[in-house]
Amino acid sequence: MKPTLKIGSTGAFGRFRNSNFAQAWLILVLALIFGSALAAVQVNLSGVIAANKLNETLERIPELIWGTAKAAKLASENASVDITPGTVMIKKDHKTAYYSLFRVIHESKLAGWVIKAGGQGYADKIEILIGLDPGENIITGLFVLEQKETPGLGNKIIFPVWRNQFIRKKTNTPLVVAKGNIQAPNAIDAVTGATISSRSVTGIVNRTIGDVKGRLTPETIRFYERQL
Amino acid sequence: MTDLPTPFERFIQGILPENPVYRQLLGLCPTLAVTNGLKPALTMAAAVGVVLLSANIIISLIRHLLKPHLRIVVFTLTIATFVTIVDRLLAAYMYQMSKTLGPYIPLIIVNCIIICRCEVCASRQNILAASADAVGQAIGFGLALTGIAVIREVLGTGMIAGFQIMPAAWPSWVIMVLPPGAFLTFGLLLALVNWIDATRSNKKG
Repeated sequence: MKPTLKIGSTGAFGRFRNSNFAQAWLILVLALIFGSALAAVQVNLSGVIAANKLNETLERIPELIWGTAKAAKLASENASVDITPGTVMIKKDHKTAYYSLFRVIHESKLAGWVIKAGGQGYADKIEILIGLDPGENIITGLFVLEQKETPGLGNKIIFPVWRNQFIRKKTNTPLVVAKGNIQAPNAIDAVTGATISSRSVTGIVNRTIGDVKGRLTPETIRFYERQL
Repeated sequence: MTDLPTPFERFIQGILPENPVYRQLLGLCPTLAVTNGLKPALTMAAAVGVVLLSANIIISLIRHLLKPHLRIVVFTLTIATFVTIVDRLLAAYMYQMSKTLGPYIPLIIVNCIIICRCEVCASRQNILAASADAVGQAIGFGLALTGIAVIREVLGTGMIAGFQIMPAAWPSWVIMVLPPGAFLTFGLLLALVNWIDATRSNKKG
């Protein structure tokens, strides 16, 4: 027999039966069970997922420093590239920000930096990798590590044709999103129909560069011992 | 309860007579979006199948506890849980495919096929019928996606699941792997299914 809502039940029991709590007990119990199950899944899989992301990051780093062609050439030559992960702590305007970064050394020389940064997109959090030259003056590459932007519109930020616009942009002037008019050297052409996603990525880049530029020093960076 | 379909009928109905894509026109978002290749299409079909089966089993088990005005919330909560689990599993063990499918895996939560089967079958019938229904509908969905994906990938790239099957001289019809190709293929297959159905009805009549 299916329980039914008895409107008009009287007395304390009747009031309890008609209360929101009694009505929703099944939902509360299911939420508790499902929540526990999801927590267990997250605990067991988060390490594997993080390792997958790290592997993808490491695969992308040469391309973010040297561009696709030279990265492929170095890979074919089996060139030695030392990638050291670390964390940079930035104290600015009474606030402290932390960024994951990777120092890239080739032939005993600093080849560049790759900074991992994130921020709010249109639909969900966007996570990107930004490549910088050794002097932190020029953007050498950009890769979107994670996004859930609108398919067909905002998710076009992942394609090289859009993200390659950031390559060779100077870091001394904040980038601006433009629609159609991309004459200015610091302008980024917005994805048609996805201005918010375009502004989100550009905003993350501006904020990150504003934070880290000139501050990548031995005092602010803590490198992990393990070289990758 | 006697007028409800048997488990076997539920199973068969999902594959062709009540195919979720061609007869009910449900789940069209992933049908159009992920069928530019056979691999993503099969992965999506498997993900929907797992969620559908899990949700149908849970809903069937608790069907006597459901309150009519709160049932949709329970369906959504159950579906969202299994979708999140599938999403995490894909991100852990099929990372590149998870990135290829992107938001379409989380979007299974709002896939009408699943909530429809919870409402039509699982909330009314026992676990056997609910499971048979889920498997039948999942096969039907998988066949629909496979059909569209094979046509689009072969004509659009000359390959199937990444293997070249067309002659090297084949001029790949790029439009087939782009969104218009999805609409064209789906429309033509839908017309074909309707034509076959109409022909069979005329013969019987």
